[in-house]
Amino acid sequence: MLDYIKEPFVAIQEFYLLTGRALRNVAARPHYSDDVIAQMDLIGVGSLPIVILTGLFAGAVMALQMSRALAQYGQQDQTGTLVSISLVRELGPVLTALMMAGRNSSGIASELGSMKVTEQIDAMRALGTDPIQKLVTPRMLATAFMLPLLTILADFIGMFGGWFVSRFFLDLPSQQYWSTVWRALEWNDITQGLLKPFVFAFIISLVGCYYGLRASGGTQGVGRATTQSMVAASVLILIIDFFLGKIFVGQGGS
Amino acid sequence: MAADTQTPVLRFDRVSVSFDDTPALADVSFQACEGESRVIMGATGSGKTVLLKTALGLQRPDSGTVYVFGRDISRMQERELFEIRSKMGMLFQESALFDSLNIEDNVSYPLLNQLSIHCPPEEVLPRVEEALKFVELDGILEKFPSELSGGMRRRAAIARAVVTQPPLLLYDSPTAGLDPITAHTIVALIVKERDLNKTTTLIVTYRYQDGNLVANFRYNPENGGLEPAAKGGEAAPRTLFMVLREGRLIFEGPQSELEESQDPYISKFVKRRG
Repeated sequence: MLDYIKEPFVAIQEFYLLTGRALRNVAARPHYSDDVIAQMDLIGVGSLPIVILTGLFAGAVMALQMSRALAQYGQQDQTGTLVSISLVRELGPVLTALMMAGRNSSGIASELGSMKVTEQIDAMRALGTDPIQKLVTPRMLATAFMLPLLTILADFIGMFGGWFVSRFFLDLPSQQYWSTVWRALEWNDITQGLLKPFVFAFIISLVGCYYGLRASGGTQGVGRATTQSMVAASVLILIIDFFLGKIFVGQGGS
Repeated sequence: MAADTQTPVLRFDRVSVSFDDTPALADVSFQACEGESRVIMGATGSGKTVLLKTALGLQRPDSGTVYVFGRDISRMQERELFEIRSKMGMLFQESALFDSLNIEDNVSYPLLNQLSIHCPPEEVLPRVEEALKFVELDGILEKFPSELSGGMRRRAAIARAVVTQPPLLLYDSPTAGLDPITAHTIVALIVKERDLNKTTTLIVTYRYQDGNLVANFRYNPENGGLEPAAKGGEAAPRTLFMVLREGRLIFEGPQSELEESQDPYISKFVKRRG
C-alpha cells in the first residue's frame, strides 16, 4: 500500500532531479553543440510535415465550425477574428505540442530506453561522458528552440487554412478575412502563444528523456517507456496549458 | 604469497548492493592486486555483473567501501569518477557499442571524451587503427555495429575498452552467446591484452574453459597464439577464481582449490582436468 503512495512522489522527485541536472548542464562544459544541431534537425525539421498538416486542418476546421456559430448572430464576417485568436492562443501551441509529444517524446523515450537496456548508457558513463549532458541537455535545448518556431509556422499555416475555407466555402472576401485576422491579435495573445510552446518543449523533451532513462526489462520495457512518455507528456501539456491560460486571462487580456 | 604484498588495484570491503530490497551483492570483500587475473563465476543473477558495475562506480554500494587504485570511489561524485574510470576498461555483456556511431567513432570515443586522456587529434585515428589491429579487425572503420557479426562486435568492443591502454580491465561475460571457436578467439585476445600490457584483469564468465585458458595459458608474441604456461619460459600471471552465489562470495582461491571443492554449487561450474 505504502509503495503505491510512494511511487508517484519518487517519480516526481526523480523528474525534478533530472530537470535540475539538465538545466545546470546548459552552462557546464563540455558543450555538445553538434548534438544540439543534430537534434534540432531531427526534432524540428523532421516534424515539419506533421506540423504543417495539423496547422492547416486545425485552421480550416475552426473557420468551418466558427462560421456556423457566428452566422447565428450575423457575424460571419468575423470568422478571421475567431480563427486567429483561437489558433495563436490555444490550438497552435497545444496541437503542435501534442503532435510533438506523439512524435518526439515517444521517439526520445524509445531511443534512450533502447540505449539503457543495451547498456549503452552505462558504457557512456564508463567512457567518461555524463549521459544527462550528452543526451538530455541537447534534446531539451533543441526542443526549446524548435517548438516555438514550429508553433509560429503552425499558426500561419492554420490562418491560411482558415482563409481557404472562408474564401471558397463561406464566400468571404480575402481582404476582410486577413484584416480581421491581424486586427484580432494583441500582445497578450502573441506572448501567450510563444510562451506556451517554450514551456511545452521542456515537458516533451524531459518527459521523453525521463521515461527513456528509467526503462528496464528489455524490449518490453522500452515499449512501456515509449507509451508512458507519450501519455504523460500529452496530459501534462493539457494541464499546464490550463494554468498558463488562466494566468494570461487573469491578467485581463482580451 | 608474494602477490599479497603488491598494491591492491581493486578492493571491496564488505560491499553490499541491493535492488528493491533484493540483495545483489551481500557483504563481499576481496582485493585484486596489480597484474593479477580474477575469474568470477556464478549462476545468472548471482551478482557478477553488479560486482563489475560497482567496481566501475556505475552502481553505488548500499554499504561497504570500494577502493580503486587506492581511492575510495563509493561516495565520489560522477564527475570525480571520470578520472578513475579513464584507468579502467570495460567490456559490457552485449558489447554496448553505440548503435548510432560507426566503429571508428565507437573506438575513438574514450580517446575524445575522457577528459584525463589527452590524445592529440592527429593521434586518434592511428590509435584506433592500432586497437582494431590488436583485436584482428581491419577495414571496418566505416561500418556500423549492426552490420557486424556477434563475434566482431565483441572484438570491436574490446578494442574500445583497450584503446586508452587502461591498467585495469573488466570483462562481463565476454564469450556469452558465441560459438566455441569465436569464444576461444575472444579469450585469446583477453590473454593477449593481459600479457602484453601487464593489465589487472577481471573476467566474469560461466564457462569454466574460459577461466582455464586465462589461468594456464599465456600469449606467445612470436607465433601470435596461446601456449600452455607450464611449457617453460614465463609463468602465467597469478589467477584466482571467485564464485558468487545469490550475491555472496562463497569461494575465492586458485584453480586447484576450486577443483577440489566438494560444494555441489561450485562443482557445477568446474570441469575437472584429467
